[in-house]
Amino acid sequence: MSIRLEHVNYVYSSGTAYEKHAVKDLNITIESGEFIGIIGHTGSGKSTLTQLLNGLIKATDGHIYYNDKSIYDKKFDMRQLRGQVGLVFQYPEHQLFETSIIRDVSFGPANMGLAKDEIEKRAKMALMQVGIGEDLFEASPFELSGGQRRRAAIAGVLAMEPSYLILDEPTAGLDPKGREEILELIRWLHETRHITVLLVSHSMEDVAEYVNRIIVMNHGQIAFDGVPKEVFKNYRELEKIGLAAPQVTYVMNQLKDNGFQVETDAVTVEEAYEAIKVWARKEGVIL
Amino acid sequence: MDIVKTKELVYEYIRKREDGSIEAVKRAVDDVNITVKKGDFVAILGHNGSGKSTLAKQLNAILVPTEGTIWIDGKDTKDESLIWDIRQTAGMVFQNPDNQIIANVVEEDVGFGPENLGIPTEEIWKRVDESLKAVGMTEYRYHSPNRLSGGQKQRIAIAGILAMKPSCIVLDEPTAMLDPNGRKEVLQALLDLNRKEKITIILITHYMEEVIHADSVIIMDKGKVVMEGTPGQIFQQVEKLQELRLSVPQVTELAYRLEKGGLLINNKAILSVDELIEELIKWKKTSQCVNRK
Amino acid sequence: MGKERGGDIIIRDITIGQYYPAKSVLHSLDPRVKLAGTFLYIISLFIFESLSGYVLAGLILLLTIKASHVPFSYIVKGLKSVVFVMMFAVFFNVFFSHGQHQLVKYGVISITVEGIELACFMAIRLVYLILGSSLMTFTTTPNQLTDGLEKALAPLNRLKIPVHEIAMMMSIALRFIPILLEEADKIMKAQSARGADFETGNLMTRAKRLVPLLVPLFISAFRRANDLAMAMEARCYRGGEGRTKMKPLKYKRLDYVGYSLVASYLGIVFVIENYII
Repeated sequence: MSIRLEHVNYVYSSGTAYEKHAVKDLNITIESGEFIGIIGHTGSGKSTLTQLLNGLIKATDGHIYYNDKSIYDKKFDMRQLRGQVGLVFQYPEHQLFETSIIRDVSFGPANMGLAKDEIEKRAKMALMQVGIGEDLFEASPFELSGGQRRRAAIAGVLAMEPSYLILDEPTAGLDPKGREEILELIRWLHETRHITVLLVSHSMEDVAEYVNRIIVMNHGQIAFDGVPKEVFKNYRELEKIGLAAPQVTYVMNQLKDNGFQVETDAVTVEEAYEAIKVWARKEGVIL
Repeated sequence: MDIVKTKELVYEYIRKREDGSIEAVKRAVDDVNITVKKGDFVAILGHNGSGKSTLAKQLNAILVPTEGTIWIDGKDTKDESLIWDIRQTAGMVFQNPDNQIIANVVEEDVGFGPENLGIPTEEIWKRVDESLKAVGMTEYRYHSPNRLSGGQKQRIAIAGILAMKPSCIVLDEPTAMLDPNGRKEVLQALLDLNRKEKITIILITHYMEEVIHADSVIIMDKGKVVMEGTPGQIFQQVEKLQELRLSVPQVTELAYRLEKGGLLINNKAILSVDELIEELIKWKKTSQCVNRK
Repeated sequence: MGKERGGDIIIRDITIGQYYPAKSVLHSLDPRVKLAGTFLYIISLFIFESLSGYVLAGLILLLTIKASHVPFSYIVKGLKSVVFVMMFAVFFNVFFSHGQHQLVKYGVISITVEGIELACFMAIRLVYLILGSSLMTFTTTPNQLTDGLEKALAPLNRLKIPVHEIAMMMSIALRFIPILLEEADKIMKAQSARGADFETGNLMTRAKRLVPLLVPLFISAFRRANDLAMAMEARCYRGGEGRTKMKPLKYKRLDYVGYSLVASYLGIVFVIENYII
């Protein structure tokens, strides 16, 4: 089970003054079960990548294979792909349109042509998964808080029971509490529901904390691809393309520059704490 | 002289049924007493629904207190004859940059406020020039706002307020919809305005890292002010912040963990990487001395 | 550049009504001159009954396009979006016309020489009309346009018509059209990602399928309107009274030249139509 991109290019507004080569010669393989963070500054091509993956836009050239079948093949069922590769857009709550939450969440499964009771079953389950209780099923989207609305919108995609879930900055505009809830939900979906997750994010700290592979995009190309520790080692190069490493990576590197014999690859507070502890024991400076 | 002063401030949202009877009352701001000194940079932090935006809207007389009083530069916001004076004194910038830009050309948008105030044409041009310069957007003056980045748009919105010559600018989550670079741009513009132009800044946000440069921090929860002090004083109380589920910058959390684990002894809050390094170097020296003895 | 944009956005290709920044005589003309000129030009199109009239109007149009410094290809692109309307008009004129020289007659359908002639002239008129009016919007910023309208229609104030408010509404509408188009595109994609189908089906089902697009779009428009009203209030907006202008409209010499050119064009039209033929 995988999604594979081979030499994928995408040019939009071709032939006009606004022509842009949004992604260039992308080669990526996404294995089932991964939790991938996609980072890059605005305009680096990450949104284009997400839309290519579920067939919303078609590559100008190159191939995308879903489970080794080309999605551009005439016989390929694009609608099924949309159900398999769920895409949650930025500010997804802005697309809620039904009079009740449960009806809105049913929209996706209904479009898949499922039976009525199956639709209902899936919608209810998806809402339960995102932590929206039965008492709110019949509520209008306007009666919910911002964080709840966002989770309901995510449920709208989960109800299609995708194997892959792509989320474009799912925490944008939320307060810290709301951000944490969403990220924990995504982690749970990955660990318990075994959904392959692609998380587009601006927050290096979040990415470092949650994902196990990072793809860094720059000018439509892949700048780095690897586990967080390896990617963030290149913090100087990341800065050159308008990004940064988590704060603690800087702490560890500056400690080393100041003569502390510490490991510098920490990317979370926990790891940094452990690294300093190891150093302190070694130096015998522990009190 | 205090530019902002509130006394026993209460604001209630009242939802009425169709027949006019009261269905629900939500107390968004509950007994808030704050003062902001002229020239200060004050940050107000809190979750959505903590009442911080309701408070902000009252500073600009968009909302009028249910109970209690707000004085802006000594003027009571309840006095309707002073309303335009108050709005000019305490300018307001909102969250969504797209929804507060009125004109189709950058410089014309900046001129919108002064036009409303009836400022003579020549003076408007002068103010537009100065305001665009202050936020570093002069080179975009003939552009359409549609093709600018979020951070640039928000700087235009700030320039639009600046052109009204306010003594105070209130910003209601101006960075919530921006990417990290946009956030940095806007924050830098605000710090510059505060330091160079001596404009009082009241920044409402839920990003902790944006408040470390403030003169003072006010934290709101459920309509009330729950913490108040300098960033140093606030960030020392890591546990209380975590209880409020406000995320602390990574360095602050690391310093706190090290201290708890006995790996660092310090008695002030760490707000930046440099501060932590400095503390650790100091600590390394003293602890090595102790060990040798 | 703001947000990342993906996809082939057809809506964005509409150039009609969009300002084209350039430095030209036409760009620096007072918007009132351009408004009056365009208005009178359109009227003149309906006065013509002769071929020489069409030639003259076409010539004038070409000269103005040349003077506007807007690339011809850009202007033609704007035409594309109205081809459908044009075909519709032509179609009706060709198939349902009356005349002496009938060519085909089948049921309600009748094709006549007069009909074809009329259809051709109709098409030319439409092209002129669209090119003429889009030339005005290409060379005039929306703000100038609304300022011009406000000033030109100022006498209506006495009839208690809120000219300033109407002009302000127009200007804001023009600012938000591209934003809402972009938003429509985004919502459409988001719903497509949930399996929505906007492309197949007959007219009725298609209209019904637009609900998931239109409802969020309306909600968003209301939210934006609400935000904007608050932002305008915060910037001390209180109607047209006591407002000054950053760019007050003042006639320059060029503008009088403009007016005289429009007048002489009308004069020539009058002469052609009444004396030459």
